[in-house]
Amino acid sequence: MESLVATPKKGVSVTVKDITREYEDGFKALDEVSMKIEKGEFFSLLGPSGCGKTTLLRIIAGFDSPDKGEVLFDDKNILSLPPEKRSSNTVFQTYALFPHLSVYDNIAFPLKLKKIPKNQIDKMVRKYVSLVQLDEHIHKKPNMLSGGQKQRVAIARALINEPSVLLLDEPLSALDAKLRQNLLVELDEIHDKVGITFIYVTHDQAEALSVSDRIAVMNHGRVLQIGTPYEIYEAPATDFVARFIGETNIFDCTVLSSEYDEDSQEYIIKVSVPSLAADIWVTDYEDQEVGSHLQFTIRPEKIQIVLSEERVSLGHHRNLFHGIVKEPVYSGFQSKFYVELDNKTIVKVFKQHTTYLDEGPEIEWKDSVAIAWRAVDGYLVKEKD
Amino acid sequence: MRKAKYYPSRSSRLTYSNIVLILTLFFLFIPLVVVAIYSFNEDKGTTFTAFSLKWYKELFTSSPDLWIAFGNSVLIALTSSFTATLLGTLAAIGIKWYQFKGKTYISTISYMPMILPEVIIGISMLIFFSAVNIPLGKFTIYIAHTTFNLPFVLMLVSSRLDDFDYSIVEAARDLGASEVKTLTKVVVPSIVPAVMSSLLITITMSLEDFVITFFVSGPGSSTLPLYIYSSIRYGVSPLINALSFIMIIGIMLMTIIFKKFLKTVAASA
Repeated sequence: MESLVATPKKGVSVTVKDITREYEDGFKALDEVSMKIEKGEFFSLLGPSGCGKTTLLRIIAGFDSPDKGEVLFDDKNILSLPPEKRSSNTVFQTYALFPHLSVYDNIAFPLKLKKIPKNQIDKMVRKYVSLVQLDEHIHKKPNMLSGGQKQRVAIARALINEPSVLLLDEPLSALDAKLRQNLLVELDEIHDKVGITFIYVTHDQAEALSVSDRIAVMNHGRVLQIGTPYEIYEAPATDFVARFIGETNIFDCTVLSSEYDEDSQEYIIKVSVPSLAADIWVTDYEDQEVGSHLQFTIRPEKIQIVLSEERVSLGHHRNLFHGIVKEPVYSGFQSKFYVELDNKTIVKVFKQHTTYLDEGPEIEWKDSVAIAWRAVDGYLVKEKD
Repeated sequence: MRKAKYYPSRSSRLTYSNIVLILTLFFLFIPLVVVAIYSFNEDKGTTFTAFSLKWYKELFTSSPDLWIAFGNSVLIALTSSFTATLLGTLAAIGIKWYQFKGKTYISTISYMPMILPEVIIGISMLIFFSAVNIPLGKFTIYIAHTTFNLPFVLMLVSSRLDDFDYSIVEAARDLGASEVKTLTKVVVPSIVPAVMSSLLITITMSLEDFVITFFVSGPGSSTLPLYIYSSIRYGVSPLINALSFIMIIGIMLMTIIFKKFLKTVAASA
């Protein structure tokens, strides 16, 4: 377990096929949701509350059943099995530790049910207790532990059955920010060590981006996009995804022209953006029909902000605007600027606090500035949600 | 410097609230003290003549009917409270966590015996038992006591379950426990304090019930309250004083032990 070489992928692949779940009051929690989660993958279900991510997890765990659809572990449909017969285990948001049992007995609970010999149970419990670093607290009752320690017990208890899939239902949301970060990293390490499939439900996009192999972004009971954190952030499929993951500027636009560029193997597209009162350049891997109405989005950290136009260092197909700093927000490692253009449109710009970029003196409130970005950094979003 | 906030002092002076307190305690406990004193009175009457243990001697040596009634009471109290606690606990879990037809209806009528006047319950039970030809006796008292004890168990266990995180049940199932194992290994141990309180309260209520028992008892099934009632019709015997004093001591001890028990449970939960 201490080896630096990644553990071979274990567990099962989880296939979700056309799952629909409608509640008695007519609310559609899940609407024909399909996805395939690979064996050994750290997969996140990400979305705002009420998007159906927890319902989907509960269906996979067996606490809820869908009106339609299938869930397969490898090739086996598991929907007819009760939770205790499924090779998945769950870590709950509220920890769900057994209050009358000690840490040791909580973790040993699944093994005691299986009537495994005592010395074998002891060996297993100690192995998982040290995996989650709780060796000193082994005889304490849950009410004597901190939130982070409780969740570690829950993780060890869920892993000791050696499940093929570990389901995590917002396991860190009850913890404070600093602890959340530490436990998240630890969770990632545990995933590397045990090598099984993890399905992680969260509403926190930063959590999902930092640990997942792939993410499914959900809203209103539907999957909007499945992809690696990089794809989700850099190439959001819908304007909801763009808005939900990180911060962004987003405007309606109309395609004016589109031509293929051999060098970059991308289409260089010119769109007109009414709220910027300008035509701007943007690249896309796909051709866009001239005249179609889309949305244009640019991440705030990809926009350069300088005091005078001469300092703009970006070359061909750049987009350049002038404006006044309406609201500078200092936030430690970066500053956020709300730049008001001549036509009163506000553009968000983030600037890192570095000296090596040599972008001149500090920018302050009411400074008039030039902002610019390269065509490749912006992207077009196809559908409205 | 700011002045310290004024709080009324808790001195032993005769303030208004202290007088009320003393009077309340006086009226509450003086009858008990009187009973205790007269149980040691040699004379049968209301004048205290000399200290004597003769009523205690008579109580333990030559009152077979009283002990039969006492035995009936204990038997009925233990069986009916056990049954009511078992049924009430299961009912509370069922009503709280399971979906079934007529759920609201059942949970509402389950509390009926608590609200209805005892006389009405007693009469309706009597009519019911004679209608279905069950001879009145210990068995009918047992049924009646179980019935009126049930809503109290339901109430106590339900309120405990309200604080219980249902994820714990799901976690147990998820980790491999069947429905029955979840109940016995996880749910019941977590609600032990409420179950124990239920048991104690229902034992007490069964022991002291008079009205309902009066209607549904038959020949030879007298309980202690019925026996005491029938014996004071011919004047209060000091025998009853002695018995009362023993019961007061017994109940006080039980309460103290139970409080201690609850504390240890609370500390470990």
